[in-house]
Amino acid sequence: MASSSDISPTGRRYAPGTPTGFRLWWHRHRLTIIPYFYIAPFFILFAIFLAWPVVRSFYLSFHKQQGISTPTFIGLDNYLNLFIDPRFKQSLLNTTVYALGSLLLQIPLAFILAVVVNSKLVPWANAKSFYRLSYFVPLLTSAVIASLMFSILYDYNSGLINSYLMRAFGEEAKVGWVRNASVVKFSIILLLIWRFTGINSLYFVAGLQNIPKELEEAAAIDGANWWQVLVGITIPLMRPVILFVTVTAINGSYQIFAEPYLLTGGGPRDQSLSIVQYLYNTGFSYFNLGYASSIGYTLVTIIVILAILNLRFFGAFREDQ
Amino acid sequence: MTTSVQAPPASAPRFSAIRFRNGFLVSLANILLLIGVVLAAVPFIYMISASFKPQNEIFTFPVQIIPKEPYLDNYTTLIGETLYLRWFFNTAIVAVGRTTLSLFLCMLAGFAFAKYDFPFRRVLFVMVLASFTLPFEVVLIPLYTMMVRLGWLNTYWVLIVPFAASAFGIFLARQYALALPTELMEAARIDGSSELGIFFRIALPNLRPALAVMGIIFFQASWNDFLWPLIVLNDSKMYVINLALPTLRGPYNDQYGLVLGGAVIAVIPIIIIFFAMQRYFIEGIMAGALKG
Repeated sequence: MASSSDISPTGRRYAPGTPTGFRLWWHRHRLTIIPYFYIAPFFILFAIFLAWPVVRSFYLSFHKQQGISTPTFIGLDNYLNLFIDPRFKQSLLNTTVYALGSLLLQIPLAFILAVVVNSKLVPWANAKSFYRLSYFVPLLTSAVIASLMFSILYDYNSGLINSYLMRAFGEEAKVGWVRNASVVKFSIILLLIWRFTGINSLYFVAGLQNIPKELEEAAAIDGANWWQVLVGITIPLMRPVILFVTVTAINGSYQIFAEPYLLTGGGPRDQSLSIVQYLYNTGFSYFNLGYASSIGYTLVTIIVILAILNLRFFGAFREDQ
Repeated sequence: MTTSVQAPPASAPRFSAIRFRNGFLVSLANILLLIGVVLAAVPFIYMISASFKPQNEIFTFPVQIIPKEPYLDNYTTLIGETLYLRWFFNTAIVAVGRTTLSLFLCMLAGFAFAKYDFPFRRVLFVMVLASFTLPFEVVLIPLYTMMVRLGWLNTYWVLIVPFAASAFGIFLARQYALALPTELMEAARIDGSSELGIFFRIALPNLRPALAVMGIIFFQASWNDFLWPLIVLNDSKMYVINLALPTLRGPYNDQYGLVLGGAVIAVIPIIIIFFAMQRYFIEGIMAGALKG
């Protein structure tokens, strides 16, 4: 910590012999010039490895490029092809189902968990922190490790889940978690619920703790029951957190890759293929780089539109930064 | 955790019916929550337990959580007969390298954005923030082509450099740096400190919590990365753990013990960080929501 005992009376300190020429100029302007040196390393990497590829990808999406051939301009053909590409439509449908799974199952579950843990239903402080701590367990794994764990739990003949089902309900109760076309999407959603309910609960708990206790207590004194307090006070005050969780969950769901790729490889019959995996296959198995770029930009469009819809829905265009 | 049941508050209802109903609800809620905790922990415990079992015991039913006798062959095979140590080393080098580079870039730039006034400051910052909403998959194709041209495939650079300029990182760094008292900088300047001296001797020491929080975020992101390594690495000597683990399943997808042993070792560094730096870990996870 610098001591301020030796400040000169003028508050400025010039070196003995007043600087002239370049040194004077530098002394006057250094505070607006130095920051450029500070941000330069970041922006050089940012420009090379993000900004340029973003532009280049947009350019490529209007071109046909097979492998490392020279791209040929084909206008909107890539995007028009996407509209009639059954595999893309399937991947879009699957990914939307994953997003809906997060939205309709996982987020409400996380919200309920947070409300219950934060309520008087858990009267003991160390029980509260125990529950919160255990929410972290799934977060310690990566998508890859979680997928490998679940591929073992989901094993048809001897996985843990089917073993219990068989024990309880007999042989025909076994579920083809990763091989039955009508179940795979649900299996993936289940995995996502396992991985992300905890973290979303934590966000909700943090939000709940920011609500002044007096508000809820005052409403309760006025005769509001718990449901009226929840709908009338808690949820409206939680809007920013709900918005954040929703946007993050939708973003994450639309960018899902590792889980279906490792659990099912996208199958059976493309029933769990995600958009990103389709992009990956198109670009890195078929080397159709232009088409893959148009998939990327379609993904951007979807995510941006959904984010804007969310902001509208939650009426949160009041950022003060 | 029920060891320290506290006395009910003085204002608790006296009527036994209400007390009974409340007691019932409390028990019900806690039983359901405990089931949730078990469900959250089961895959994790199952993984650890199965990694200490031979292949033919992994699927015995009912499950034995503690194996009859601990079987270490999965681990000795991993270390003796696969490249696991090399993969672990690769993953660590990349994670440490990327974390260090990201911290340097983001701290320096975030500090400049927070504490200096210069032309185009807002425009530049908004540009970075806008990029934050883009899914990174959109740059995969051109970035891959660029890596091919640079000859970076199967190197450490390819995993360290391209994603080091993190938009989220610079955003967080700026948020933390905004809280630095400007008077401190002024005082140092008056004392004749150079601007770089201010950054290294005043900003960085005061931003240690930020360094910890962001360091954990960067480290975990790098440690858990999968799609990018999948694209740019095809030499098994250069694999990172996440890329190598699925290949351990073997040609018939049945080497479960190996895969799980590998997964257990891979999780250990993250668990150590979690317990050693729990406060910063949690702060990092919450950073997105609270600072955003």
